[in-house]
Amino acid sequence: MSELHTQTLSALAAGLKAKKFSSVELTRHFLNRIEKFNGELNAYITVTPDQALQQAAAADALLASGRGGPLAGLPLAHKDIFCTDGVLTTCGSKMLSNFVAPYDATVVNLLKQAGMVMLGKTNMDEFAMGSSNETSYFGAVKNPWNLNKVPGGSSGGSAAAVAARIAPAATGTDTGGSIRQPAALTSLTGIKPTYGRVSRYGMIAFASSLDQGGVMCLSAEDAALMLQAMSGFDPQDSTSVDTPVPDYTATLNQPLKGLKIGLLKEFFEQGLSPENAKPVRDALAVYEKLGAQLVEVSLPNLPLSVPTYYVVAPAECSSNLSRFDGVRFGYRCEAPRDLLDLYKRSRSEGFGSEVKRRIMTGTYVLSAGYYDAYYLRAQKVRRLITDDFANAFKQVDVLMGPTSPTPAFDIGAKVDDPVTMYLNDIYTIGANLAGLPAMSIPCGFLDELPVGLQIIGGHFAEAKLLNVAHMYQQATDWHKRIPTRYA
Amino acid sequence: MSLSRSDVENIAHLARLAITEAEATAYAGSLSRILGLVEQLDQADVSAIEPMAHPLAGQVQRLREDEVTSIDAHEKYQRNAARVEAGLYLVPKVIE
Repeated sequence: MSELHTQTLSALAAGLKAKKFSSVELTRHFLNRIEKFNGELNAYITVTPDQALQQAAAADALLASGRGGPLAGLPLAHKDIFCTDGVLTTCGSKMLSNFVAPYDATVVNLLKQAGMVMLGKTNMDEFAMGSSNETSYFGAVKNPWNLNKVPGGSSGGSAAAVAARIAPAATGTDTGGSIRQPAALTSLTGIKPTYGRVSRYGMIAFASSLDQGGVMCLSAEDAALMLQAMSGFDPQDSTSVDTPVPDYTATLNQPLKGLKIGLLKEFFEQGLSPENAKPVRDALAVYEKLGAQLVEVSLPNLPLSVPTYYVVAPAECSSNLSRFDGVRFGYRCEAPRDLLDLYKRSRSEGFGSEVKRRIMTGTYVLSAGYYDAYYLRAQKVRRLITDDFANAFKQVDVLMGPTSPTPAFDIGAKVDDPVTMYLNDIYTIGANLAGLPAMSIPCGFLDELPVGLQIIGGHFAEAKLLNVAHMYQQATDWHKRIPTRYA
Repeated sequence: MSLSRSDVENIAHLARLAITEAEATAYAGSLSRILGLVEQLDQADVSAIEPMAHPLAGQVQRLREDEVTSIDAHEKYQRNAARVEAGLYLVPKVIE
């Protein structure tokens, strides 16, 4: 059964239904691979073999009775930002290194109800603050395509796990590109849905007006299957949107003839080398062959995405992370002198340096005398950027461009300068600010490292994005490439 | 905008973070560079623009019936606390 790990969720589901293998066999296969490869990748923080085999046995019983849905018995990994009842949930931080979640996140619960089997919890940048998975308290994650390179972040553990085929799919979260950028850097299909489409309940908050859960997997078809199960209204999340979820798989094969694709002028002009642009331009040529029409569009305020984000996100982060006070949960310092000392030392010893930097940035931009100049101004520019997107979608169906300015970079290369690191998110942040759904799909290689194509849609256009991605994947095979070592 | 070490110490206090002098000096450098990046926002004309707090237009906070929807699970939740006694969270003495 050595080939099991190379298959998509859709193919594995067919194999389960045809009784070619059981969920227990499939789960064991992935657990064995985790045992073999996780040491060198550091993709998982926690592996849950006993629970996984129990869930697999239950899924086999369900499948035998003919009641299993399309995801029943399929393994997956959860980013360690999602609360999992009775299982360590660290968010990549020393602060939560002893936190056993007392309940399941809605996303975890929905995928459990669908019969999926949790293999474990994946590594991530601390509190999802990072673009390289180097800020994790549990150490850097390695890119399966080259172990000296970063896998991207913050969902770097999920990316490495799926790319190395030690999980067939994984959940991720995306506040400024944390699903799409690591998907691009590891040759995966990743989707960040519309803000409010997937419940944030039980997903540890970073920047609440930007955070959104999503999927990292091997194909648009797999993304459609998982997103179907994860999406929908949740009364437990006050920003969850009560809009019906369409059948994402039903429209995957719609022909793209007449599709209007907007090329983001600013993306191709800003920080993109000709070599790095080539795989993206090649992908656009494939879309033309599929009958799509390319139109250049300009979003004049888009270059202000990064500065806007680095006011809004730290502001929300400083507010959200004030809950970590050493009292109710999380790390507590030894022998506090008084309450202030308890707060200050618990937080200083529990948070890593990047998280502290963002808390302080946020505290500053929200402080008296600076609020108008920074926070309020950023919120206004956020509207300008959102309006730019709305205008673009009057002319085109989807927007396309690169996901990341460069392929994966060396571990350690950017850790000393936060601003250089922040500029990695230059192409992904816009969709978060505007709350738009966006994907990254594999579109080629540069110097043997994967390159991603980004597709952005209008609000609640997930079905269109998945259709556009799927048709490309029917015409190309970039998404089928596997790093040789993990084939 | 350039922040001094004492600016950073003040911000750290507001954020309830204890930082050393060396850390304050280092953060003064990196926070100043971040604020330098953020200064690009001055290029935008925002004179007639309403601030945007939420990415979906027209969303309002929902109301629900005023009824009990959760069960008492404090024992389960308090297992994650460093110090608990008789169902209460313990902190250093705050009233002399």
